[in-house]
Amino acid sequence: MHSFGYRLNGLLTFAVTILALMCVIASLSDNLNIPSPSAEIQIMNINWFQKQPKGSDEVSLRMNISADLQSLFTWNTKQVFIFVAAEYETRKNSLNQVSLWDAIIPAKERAKFWIRSSNKYRFVDHGKNLRGKEFNLTLHWHVMPKTGKMFADKIVMSGYSLPEEYI
Amino acid sequence: MSYFTQNSLLSFLGYPVSLQTFLPLSAPSLHFTMDWQGQKLAEQIMQIMLLVFAVTAFVAGYVLGSFQMMVLVYAGGVTLTGLITIPNWPFFNRHPLNWLDPSEAEKHPKPQVTVSSKKKGFKRHQLVFYYCR
Repeated sequence: MHSFGYRLNGLLTFAVTILALMCVIASLSDNLNIPSPSAEIQIMNINWFQKQPKGSDEVSLRMNISADLQSLFTWNTKQVFIFVAAEYETRKNSLNQVSLWDAIIPAKERAKFWIRSSNKYRFVDHGKNLRGKEFNLTLHWHVMPKTGKMFADKIVMSGYSLPEEYI
Repeated sequence: MSYFTQNSLLSFLGYPVSLQTFLPLSAPSLHFTMDWQGQKLAEQIMQIMLLVFAVTAFVAGYVLGSFQMMVLVYAGGVTLTGLITIPNWPFFNRHPLNWLDPSEAEKHPKPQVTVSSKKKGFKRHQLVFYYCR
């Protein structure tokens, strides 16, 4: 360490290395947080349920989504990405998942909410299997950190079903 | 010729010039150095201060629940450490080395290295060996 530039380089390198270590420890500290989220989805109305010409079944729903996801946020959380998916079984596939709605929650204050919305993305099947189909609605979330590991989990809500005939 | 232009000329001609002499000078005597003990002290201070500020910043951020607070405290700590350890402060120069005068060095010439004849014999031996291969 015998010149100005040499010492400056040494300082900056060491400082950045220690910053990287701090970020690793911050990410590890996320494991100390045990989240307890809750959510509820009601299907208020089925707007229409039709077969596309030469194609598959399609549904349009109106949902009331309410959730309390505040316990997911830590000091190292940048945002939480959530989406609602419909899951059901058909003869061809054991699991079909269709994403209906999603949102980004940027801060803890906005994490306790309810929203009434029709599905953002089309609920379309591969085929004509949806008549009288029983399905689950799952709320998935991805906790995106400021540094480090992303955590993802879901809540499964079952007991929803579609009408027997097209509307 | 001023100190600054002299150093510019020397560096242009290819002579190594230390960076510290390129600091803006108002008088030729503003030439600070750091001695060996000072350099060791500067390095130790830098490492300890950075570690202390890192721990402080992490604890502050964790307790306040704010990532931004951690980064701000750490950035302030890095700047402070830089201000203390990088410039050639006088307290880093308390054990200066006294180099000999050039006239003093002439009185004690460097010893000459003598080439022994035995070495030459060895070499020829080696050459013969190589030829036989």
